[in-house]
Amino acid sequence: MSESVLNVNEICKDFGGIRALDDVSLNVRSKEIAALIGPNGAGKTTFFNCITGIYTPTSGDVLVNPKDGSERRVNGMKPNHVTELGMARTFQNIRLFPSMTTLENVMIGTHCRTKSGIWGAISRNGKARGEEQAIIEKSYHLLELVGLERYANELACNLPYGKQRRLEIARAMATDPFLLLLDEPAAGMNPQETYDLQELVIKLRNEYGLSILLIEHDMKMVMSISDSVFVLDYGRLIASGTPKEVSENPTVIKAYLGEDEDD
Amino acid sequence: MDEKGAQSTLRFILTAGCDGYADSLKRSVLVALWFMFLTFPIMVIRVDTIENTIDWRWMNLAFVGVGSFVLSFLWRWLLERKELMKGQAARESVVERLLTQASTIPSARLGLLVVVAGIALAFPHMAGMYQTNIMISCLTYIALGLGLNIVVGLAGLLDLGYVAFYAVGAYAYALANMHWGIGFWTILPIGALLGTLFGIMLGFPVLRLRGDYLAIVTLGFGEIIRLVLENWGDVTMGPSGIAGIDRPTFFGIEFGVMDSINYMYYIMLALIVLTIFCVNRLQNSRIGRAWLALREDEIACQAMGIDKTKTKLMAFALGATWAGMAGVVFAAKTTFVNPASFTFWESAIILSVVVIGGMGSIRGVIAGAIILILVPEYLRAFSEFRMLIFGATMVLVMVFRPQGLIRAKRKVYTYDKSTVAGAANE
Ligand SMILES: Nc1ncnc2c1ncn2[C@@H]1O[C@H](COP(=O)(O)OP(=O)(O)O)[C@@H](O)[C@H]1O
Ligand SMILES: [Mg+2]
Repeated sequence: MSESVLNVNEICKDFGGIRALDDVSLNVRSKEIAALIGPNGAGKTTFFNCITGIYTPTSGDVLVNPKDGSERRVNGMKPNHVTELGMARTFQNIRLFPSMTTLENVMIGTHCRTKSGIWGAISRNGKARGEEQAIIEKSYHLLELVGLERYANELACNLPYGKQRRLEIARAMATDPFLLLLDEPAAGMNPQETYDLQELVIKLRNEYGLSILLIEHDMKMVMSISDSVFVLDYGRLIASGTPKEVSENPTVIKAYLGEDEDD
Repeated sequence: MDEKGAQSTLRFILTAGCDGYADSLKRSVLVALWFMFLTFPIMVIRVDTIENTIDWRWMNLAFVGVGSFVLSFLWRWLLERKELMKGQAARESVVERLLTQASTIPSARLGLLVVVAGIALAFPHMAGMYQTNIMISCLTYIALGLGLNIVVGLAGLLDLGYVAFYAVGAYAYALANMHWGIGFWTILPIGALLGTLFGIMLGFPVLRLRGDYLAIVTLGFGEIIRLVLENWGDVTMGPSGIAGIDRPTFFGIEFGVMDSINYMYYIMLALIVLTIFCVNRLQNSRIGRAWLALREDEIACQAMGIDKTKTKLMAFALGATWAGMAGVVFAAKTTFVNPASFTFWESAIILSVVVIGGMGSIRGVIAGAIILILVPEYLRAFSEFRMLIFGATMVLVMVFRPQGLIRAKRKVYTYDKSTVAGAANE
């Protein structure tokens, strides 16, 4: 049994009177592909926002285990510090930097791993130049990884939708994460693109040793690539387990078929 | 153009892109009638108080009617044309294309650079003192525009109080010179530093604000600085200002008025070259990219590990540094400063230079300053209409070229696999 990299204990998130997350606990183990599913409005994106510092959970703990083995509580941390710890994410509604080039978008991701400041930029001393060169190389390699190297100097807003989603993954990878959070990465993709994405996710896990937590509506993809599945409904975790267990769980079937809830 | 193409073009011109001739004519006629009605009391009726009669100037009514008809038609036509050319608008304009071509061919680039440098260097000797003076003020606006461009164009923080930092630099020199007789060259770096400090001072309280709120607070900051200068008479000499500031010396040598203006011109030119050099390097650096990311999407920027606070503060501080330096030069050039030189109007002009020229584009800012500062100077003949022309230019640029005259271009990175492989082997 490998140790866990993300350990969420009973987090709640209230928006005014609405409880968007209600006592959600979840555990992602190292080098695992975990899926978070649930109907629209279940609170999946809110969950991502809570663990990446964009929202502060109303109560509960979010604990992460970076590679160095120390456990860190990230509630209330700023998003950039969470990213620095090694959690990187993509967004459901794509949030690239539209008027920057594809390569530059990935280069942004390296920001928190590099140091050169104003003086380095103006003087372009040896150190700054070396770092810049390393950033370009790393970013270019990441573009190759997601198959976008041909578009390196295109503006990000000119890429087709599916490629923008892949670019977001490359940008997240540039922050050197140990845990990758993907929010509906296959949304709006055709079957071929979805298949390629699936391959990419598996490759990231196998070759880069990443742990991956993804939100996805495409059940075929979820069932075929994930090691464990968590199901959210109305802000509650209603089921978790292997894909097979979850797909046979009557509560889940009920939630997905939209039957009346009887407590 | 073949006949069919010509015909459709003609048709398009005549219909102004509306459904038909009748429609476009009708709309323009309506506009004309409306304007005739609105301007009727002032343009047509004139009461002659001496003879106690009323003049009916029907001729004016005709002028208004015809004028507004033509303008309305033209306006509609331009707007439609813009809609039609939408696909092409994404492409570069002729000037932009020429500039890009010139900068990709090394020899052309060198040639262009030499020509520009030659003109810039020879300018004070070819033109008279008057022209040189105007040019200095244009250069000052270029420096200010490039500084504000860091804050507004690159980092996307709308700063309406930029002139405050300019005032800080100018008063720093004026006061230091008046009280302690400190010279220009000592104060220049100190003025820059003071600008930085004030930039950080403004930056801290507004870190959480964006957009309109930020604009309002920075506007207030600018006014506060001006009011302090105006009312703190014991220190700043109040509204009457400080006169008799020393002109810069050249290693202790003082110049006469004429030479001194030329000298000022070269100092300003050097400052511009330094600014362009720094801004150019900054905008394609790690910091510059962080500014752009902040401008484009604040949440994604933070989620990618960029410290928003630090990045914003750096933009404010650096932008203010240039304003501080420009302020010192301004005080040395005019040898007189008073609070009236640092009103909101000044901030608005600097912002217009950036916005009209092209946010985030160095060449754009230069073009913007030349158009907004030089053109009004040479149009003194129409001085009553200066504000009108200024406003009209703004509106036209915003409607037809919202990205500014010369758009910012992103750096093209060439990546050569073989060299990288070689480097990896070393
Ligand atoms: N910033 C917010 N303010 C108020 N309500 C919110 C906010 N963000 C999300 N919600 C609410 O929380 C619920 C869960 O939304 P979300 O997490 O986006 O669902 P999904 O599972 O589809 O990603 C929704 O009812 C939504 O209206
Ligand atoms: Mg969602």
